[in-house]
Amino acid sequence: MTLAMTHLSYILVAWIVSALAVAAYCARLVHRGRRLSRAVPAARRRWMTTDATDVPTRR
Amino acid sequence: VSEQPAGGDVAADAAGAGTTASGATKVLGLVALVGIAVLIPLVFWWSPADSDQKDLVRILYVHVPVAWLAYMAFTITAVGSAMYLWRRSLWWDLVAASAAEIGVLFCALALFTGSIWGRPTWGTYWEWTDVRIVTTLVLLLMYVGYLALRRIEGDPHQRSQRAAIVGLVAVLNIPIVRFSVDWWANRTLHQKATVRVGDTDLDGLMLFTLMFSLVVSTALFAWMLVHRFRVAWLEEQLEQRGLDLALADRRAEADRGVDRAVGGALR
Repeated sequence: MTLAMTHLSYILVAWIVSALAVAAYCARLVHRGRRLSRAVPAARRRWMTTDATDVPTRR
Repeated sequence: VSEQPAGGDVAADAAGAGTTASGATKVLGLVALVGIAVLIPLVFWWSPADSDQKDLVRILYVHVPVAWLAYMAFTITAVGSAMYLWRRSLWWDLVAASAAEIGVLFCALALFTGSIWGRPTWGTYWEWTDVRIVTTLVLLLMYVGYLALRRIEGDPHQRSQRAAIVGLVAVLNIPIVRFSVDWWANRTLHQKATVRVGDTDLDGLMLFTLMFSLVVSTALFAWMLVHRFRVAWLEEQLEQRGLDLALADRRAEADRGVDRAVGGALR
């Protein structure tokens, strides 16, 4: 498959920059989540599953 | 606050530790990835070029979804802000903050992709007199301000309350951005909405590609929002745990002081 189209450089820049920005953000989220998950005790790690229901108020 | 677990917490951390993923987010992530895998050939090979814009229409398959996600994220921030002011719920406060951060990313990308699209279409990357561009920039700056406000040191409740008010005010800019091309039609280079209810400028596979891109990006957004919320929740817990430990240290120190004073008085 080849990319034969008008304004190819504009199209590629728009898509590649967007994809890289979102991918970098997602990778950072996963990395931060892993780091923080290890640091926070299990008792305080609510909402890490989808079955938590009660909602605390801000202290 | 240290991000290493205390010795007593290590055993308790063993189960499910080390990730913010759950079964539901794994499925959601997989759906988004499969969707992206289908979207790429759809955008670059399978969908035809537009009769007017030629292949530049392919930029719209990323520009429209990121703009849509920015609007959606900021609307969620407004809902979370309203719910926080009503219920004082930490959950809603963190939902609002998480959505705002993701919204800023997508709003910046909407401006960027629009700018790239504008250069070959309008002959310029940026036009300061264009109401759509300027109102979108104002929208972005408002939410950058919202995130900056959340980073100010101080009483967490007061900080969240102020941020919630900003979150509710800032969302009013979305209809202004959305309808700016209609209200000030002679002050914008931007085209009117490509897809309207019951009417569209796109046909067949081009319309399908745009809709498919919207669905896939919304799934990706949902994955990002859940993970960002969980990261925010963990940060909050770490901060509170640090406060609890500091408070326990101060109490222990005070108790030792009392013991010494009582011991001294008895001697």
